[in-house]
Amino acid sequence: MRDDKNLNEIRTIIARHKLWDFVFMIVGILALMIAMLTFMALFSHMLIDGLPRLSWDFFTSFPSRRPGSAGILSAWVGTTLVMLVTAIAAVPMGIGAGIYLEEYASKNLITEIIEINVTNLAGIPSIIYGLLALGLFVHQFGFGQSILSAGLALALLILPVVIVATREAIRAIPLVIREGAYALGATKWQTVSHHLLPYSAAGILTGVIIGLARAIGETAPIITIGALTFIAFLPPSPIKDEFPYISFEWLMAPFTVMPIQMFNWVSRPEEEFQVNAAAAGLVLVVMTLTMNGLAIYLRYRMRKNLKW
Amino acid sequence: MHPPQTVRPSTDAAHSRRLGYSYRRHLGERFIEAILFLMAFISVVITLAIVAMLVSESLVFFEHVSLWDFLTDTQWTPLFDDAHYGILPLVSGTVVSSAVALLVAIPLGTITAIYLSEFAPFAVREIAKPFLELLGGVPTVVYGYFALLFVTPALQKIIPGLPGFSLLSAGLVMGIMIIPYVSSMAEDAMRSVPMHLREGSYAMGATRFQTALRVVMPAAFSGIAAAYILGISRAVGETMVVAIAAGMQPNLTWNPLEPAATITAYIVQVSLGDLPHGSIGYQTIFAAGLTLLLMTLAFNILGHVLRKRYREIY
Amino acid sequence: MVEKIGENGSSVMADAPNQYKSEVKSLSFYYGAFSALKNINMRLHEKQVTALIGPSGCGKSTFLRCFNRMHDLYPGNRYVGEIILHPDNVNILAREVDPIEVRMRVSMVFQKPNPFPKSIYENVAYGLRVRGVKQRALVDEKVEEALRGAALWDEVKDRLNQLAYNLSGGQQQRLCIARALATDPEILLFDEPTSALDPIATASIEELIADLKDKVTILIVTHNMQQAARVSDYTAYMYLGEVIEFDVTDTIFIKPKNKQTEDYITGRFG
Repeated sequence: MRDDKNLNEIRTIIARHKLWDFVFMIVGILALMIAMLTFMALFSHMLIDGLPRLSWDFFTSFPSRRPGSAGILSAWVGTTLVMLVTAIAAVPMGIGAGIYLEEYASKNLITEIIEINVTNLAGIPSIIYGLLALGLFVHQFGFGQSILSAGLALALLILPVVIVATREAIRAIPLVIREGAYALGATKWQTVSHHLLPYSAAGILTGVIIGLARAIGETAPIITIGALTFIAFLPPSPIKDEFPYISFEWLMAPFTVMPIQMFNWVSRPEEEFQVNAAAAGLVLVVMTLTMNGLAIYLRYRMRKNLKW
Repeated sequence: MHPPQTVRPSTDAAHSRRLGYSYRRHLGERFIEAILFLMAFISVVITLAIVAMLVSESLVFFEHVSLWDFLTDTQWTPLFDDAHYGILPLVSGTVVSSAVALLVAIPLGTITAIYLSEFAPFAVREIAKPFLELLGGVPTVVYGYFALLFVTPALQKIIPGLPGFSLLSAGLVMGIMIIPYVSSMAEDAMRSVPMHLREGSYAMGATRFQTALRVVMPAAFSGIAAAYILGISRAVGETMVVAIAAGMQPNLTWNPLEPAATITAYIVQVSLGDLPHGSIGYQTIFAAGLTLLLMTLAFNILGHVLRKRYREIY
Repeated sequence: MVEKIGENGSSVMADAPNQYKSEVKSLSFYYGAFSALKNINMRLHEKQVTALIGPSGCGKSTFLRCFNRMHDLYPGNRYVGEIILHPDNVNILAREVDPIEVRMRVSMVFQKPNPFPKSIYENVAYGLRVRGVKQRALVDEKVEEALRGAALWDEVKDRLNQLAYNLSGGQQQRLCIARALATDPEILLFDEPTSALDPIATASIEELIADLKDKVTILIVTHNMQQAARVSDYTAYMYLGEVIEFDVTDTIFIKPKNKQTEDYITGRFG
């Protein structure tokens, strides 16, 4: 049945297959390295060019025609304010939609339509959200080329992210906890607000952070709305000296954001502007990496600490 | 003899108190449910708004420009005096840059996914996965910077005569940018293939590579197809990398070594300028956007159909 | 020459050559620090069916999986001792022995039918493809032979190109058996092959096993005592990682020598 010749043939075949196995393993590691090396090359290139440029002045100066004195003050203030609007708009709506889909919706046509739409929206290019915002917020609603329009545009963009993160976080809660709450006479909303939301908070937070990190880096929709690339002033402060002490003028002000500032500088031929772009890029990358890293860390902690 | 004590129904007051309380609570619950429903329904409204916005402005556009011209004219120069409105140059730019990107992203993404799912030891996976995720979180404008200031000069050393803006440079960087999306979705699909299917293959004397290729990948086909479709959507919809590195000159070409504009880059170029609301120039970006949306939608539907047909059947 | 089998499978007299397909010598197995198998000594008789029975967690599947080095797929596992394969007297647990080579000589059928997402033909041909057999005619012949051997040929001969998932549970399991047979294995391992099947499918598989033993040595794990009694020639009762008693099936079920065995057989335990 198994004579030597047969056995040798098999051994050769096995050896050949194992060679392919080994070759593929090397190829796999190489593929992984390509991604890593590219990132290192990118980051170190920006680091070398941009790090020297970073200074207190850089963070506190406005852009200028002279590259040496240009800074990102208006840009990062603009980013912060736009993010504020985005978060306030997207987070409650996204969480609410997620709760509805997970806990309240029954399996009917409307629910299916909603779910299809959420999936669809996640795949729509960001610039199309810019077009929508341009037509709807800037012109039709009359918000103009303002922080409000930008914030709302980005809120629509990251809405699917928040919805999906909420759904997954809530879905991860075991059935027995829900049943325990209902058995004690809690209403649906009480179960959701007292039990499900607190337990899924970490997961939802992770999704929100990822969504906001994405929004910070989005350039295309903001350009489409018409954010100006050369803004040498800050929006009016929300805090005022006189009554009512809070103003919303800043919502309607023209503005710029970090990625647009970087884009503007990259597009200039002068080398010093490209150094500025590197510095701005460095700040941007650090911001987004920190946020994404935070989200990943949160998720890691949650996975380890899961004790129901 | 008395009649046996019957349990008397509670007094009317107690009854209505109980009724009133639950009625109010019930009303509160319904109210909350309605609010939550509206929040969920917003997604439908957004889709409708997008379609309505793009279509309505495009309709105005098509009053001036015939559909035939739009689809067949080989020049796109809407802001010139001798205006041409052929979408082909923009489409060709989008297609070529996406093709280059996918030629990079799909092979590398698939290989990475197979390696991480079937070969890599636990420690490598735990480091590589978050790393790839971080890579996917870098803003696209930074990748554009990288393409223009690092990749293009490097390519110019290898390919003499390469212009400062090219679809090749933008496409390559886009490809690397998309790898994390493709690999993470494909890997998730492969990891969810149950172990006992793999054991069946190993028990027959197959190696890891053979098992990955012949058993795991076919079983995870629908998830892998979804990953590819995601990659295509990302490539087609990408804006900043091409706007920065491929130039913004519409150019009907299938040669990646030339500069060209994509649909997305054109929209950026117009938005950077000054466009009065209601002008034909303003409407062109919506017509271009509508084309982009239709392309993306076509791929999404393809992905949906593929997934339904090849639903995991283990 | 008559052979006597003692309490733990140790031989008392000299035996005829090639009477045993495999000898297990002082086999222990560790999942990390946990000792799952403890010093097992046993023999598989050539072209006979040997059954492993015992309560849940006794280590019978763990023992079975040593025969085709399945444990190598997962980190942290350790074999101690030997499993000798005859006629070439090789210890298949040795580090120098390639597990892939072992799996090409020892095939396995799993508890839950696990056909690949391929056609019926390709499922059965898989083992041949992995061995590099390319000629179409040869593969066709082997596939038919295997399907006949698994009593499935008549049912599927007209739909060899259909997906294997369209078959019923019992048919899928027979397909997996055909797949395992196609490569002419020396030992066929069955890991509770009918626990996921209905009684009719179970009966047909048991019939199949009885027919197959003329061609190949069979080792079967089953939690169903009656199945062991019906199907096997030799039976080993295991408990907590040890072989408590190993003997001819009739002896185990009618007059077991060990009290623990008797308790299990009569249902007083387990």
